[in-house]
Amino acid sequence: MTIVVGYVPTPEGEAALTQAIAEARRSSTTLLVINSSRGDALVDNRYAQEQEIQSIEDRLATQGIDHVIKQPVRGHDAAAEVLDAAEEHNAELIVIGLRRRTPVGKLIMGSVSQRILLEADCPVLAVKAG
Amino acid sequence: MDVWSSLMDGFATALTPMNFMYAVIGVILGTAVGVLPGLGPAMTVALLLPVTYALEPTSAFIMFAGIYYGGMYGGSTTSILLNTPGESSSVVTAIEGNKMAKAGRAAQALATAAIGSFVAGTIGTALLAVCAPIVVKFAVSLGAPSYFAIMVLALLAVTAVLGSSRLRGFASLGLGLAIGLVGMDSVTGQRRLTFGQPLLADGLDIVVVAVAIFAVGEALWVAAHLRRTPLHAIPVGQPWMGRSDWKRSWKPWLRGTAFGFPFGALPAGGAEIPTFLSYVTEKRLSKHPEEFGKGAIEGVAGPEAANNAAAAGTLTPMLALGLPTNATAAVMLAAFTSYGIQPGPQLFTSQGPLVWALIASLFIGNFLLLIINLPLAPMWAKLLQLPRPYLYAGILFFATLGAYSVNLQAFDLVILLVLGALGFMMRRFGLPVLPLILGVILGPRIEGQLRKTLQLSAGDPAGLWSEPIAVGIYVIIGLILLWPFAYKLIRRNRPKNSPLLPANSGAADYSD
Repeated sequence: MTIVVGYVPTPEGEAALTQAIAEARRSSTTLLVINSSRGDALVDNRYAQEQEIQSIEDRLATQGIDHVIKQPVRGHDAAAEVLDAAEEHNAELIVIGLRRRTPVGKLIMGSVSQRILLEADCPVLAVKAG
Repeated sequence: MDVWSSLMDGFATALTPMNFMYAVIGVILGTAVGVLPGLGPAMTVALLLPVTYALEPTSAFIMFAGIYYGGMYGGSTTSILLNTPGESSSVVTAIEGNKMAKAGRAAQALATAAIGSFVAGTIGTALLAVCAPIVVKFAVSLGAPSYFAIMVLALLAVTAVLGSSRLRGFASLGLGLAIGLVGMDSVTGQRRLTFGQPLLADGLDIVVVAVAIFAVGEALWVAAHLRRTPLHAIPVGQPWMGRSDWKRSWKPWLRGTAFGFPFGALPAGGAEIPTFLSYVTEKRLSKHPEEFGKGAIEGVAGPEAANNAAAAGTLTPMLALGLPTNATAAVMLAAFTSYGIQPGPQLFTSQGPLVWALIASLFIGNFLLLIINLPLAPMWAKLLQLPRPYLYAGILFFATLGAYSVNLQAFDLVILLVLGALGFMMRRFGLPVLPLILGVILGPRIEGQLRKTLQLSAGDPAGLWSEPIAVGIYVIIGLILLWPFAYKLIRRNRPKNSPLLPANSGAADYSD
């Protein structure tokens, strides 16, 4: 059993990661960190760079959490990547960060969190930036 | 009329509200395509050509000039913030510029690039205004044989001097000349390369060819390489420079201008060689040689000035001789023809007001670029977050619309797709695009001069070297063609000598 966390280098993403670490410690399961990009723009600030990944790696290692970090770039959106990973690893919990969206913004762009909440087969823990 | 009063008249035309608006549109569009790697001013001008048929030629050219200069500015932003050159002429800028940005001096790098571009662009445009009439005076005395020789020189020089592989360059040139030959022979009325297809008898429209090679070819190429690990643009605030930055920048700006303008004006110019020369010079002259490789401001100031001065230099032979030396100038030349304006030395007399308005608009465009680039640099960097499928879908839409609207023939769309596939294959196999475009545009004009020469000499090929200038140019052509063999011989005799110039890695990308 694993816990899947959708990570983005933003306050919401950090909050989700912190919560996921706490959950993983409590149930001592593997933590799967997913940070994906569709890879179709030249610049994507939601795709973590090497140093950021390294610092997460260090943080998880010092806390002694069994972990896997994945950065898929396959042209799928973040929701699909998180749901895929959850299904593949038979996840017991998905942790995501929520950010405030205007109704119009959600109408136009859709919402990654909403899709994960509706389509996941396991419990989803949604946290907000503190 | 002297230069000054003509130029003032030009300003009067360029500053009318309509023309000023087109200048603003031009510089904004130009900066945008300059920032985005893979899109360049040549492609943008080609895409906009059919759209601008309804405009006054003067307004259209003012917009094109803005796009051209804007592209040169925009390229540096991507180089500095992303280490990916937005334009082939800003390859060198990326070396020091990105190091500066990583060291937290992105604001200063952007500022010295923008202000240096402004200084160099203004000086370059002034030189253009002064030099072009002189070149014209000289050029009207030239006969058909000399013209033929100059055009051959331009074609060979661009093909042989730039780019990584001469063989690929000549292959591309051959393709271009072949495309230029399609259609009815102007003298005898014979059909050439039409394959019995009556729709080909008028030849291939240059707009369709340019849009296919630049826009469709590039879109297919990007579609084939869509997924890539995204990068982070280095965040930056308002560009500014301290006192020491100014002190270290102004000399490289002037030296870069001195390199850029003459190289731009030469037939084999382009902006890559002078930017590289400027970089090497600054490295040698710098009081802080230890900073080179770690983000020296001189290494951004010099090359950025050089590429903008080269842009102005390129326009000198384009306006004075009708001789384009880079892709954007070639497409602008095609634009002249499609407006029914005959490019060449007579342009200054027959279209004086248009030419001077164009030159005046370059001054205005330069100033506008400084204003929109200094405060808005962070906003331009945001453009890079645009998902490319949306971008290229839009480009393909415009390409198709433009190609169809030229003659309202569905057949042109077939040509667009076939040549677009050719453009894709050329990128796939590393063939430079510039020789092809120059071949298509200059080919028929070279043929015209050759025919004229041979008619004057009653078919005797000796007529080709009947003018002293033509003979001199053939000697230069000979030197250019023989140089690599001579170089190899010298290298073989002195095997220890290492080559002076490193491989010009970025110069193979002619997409600007």
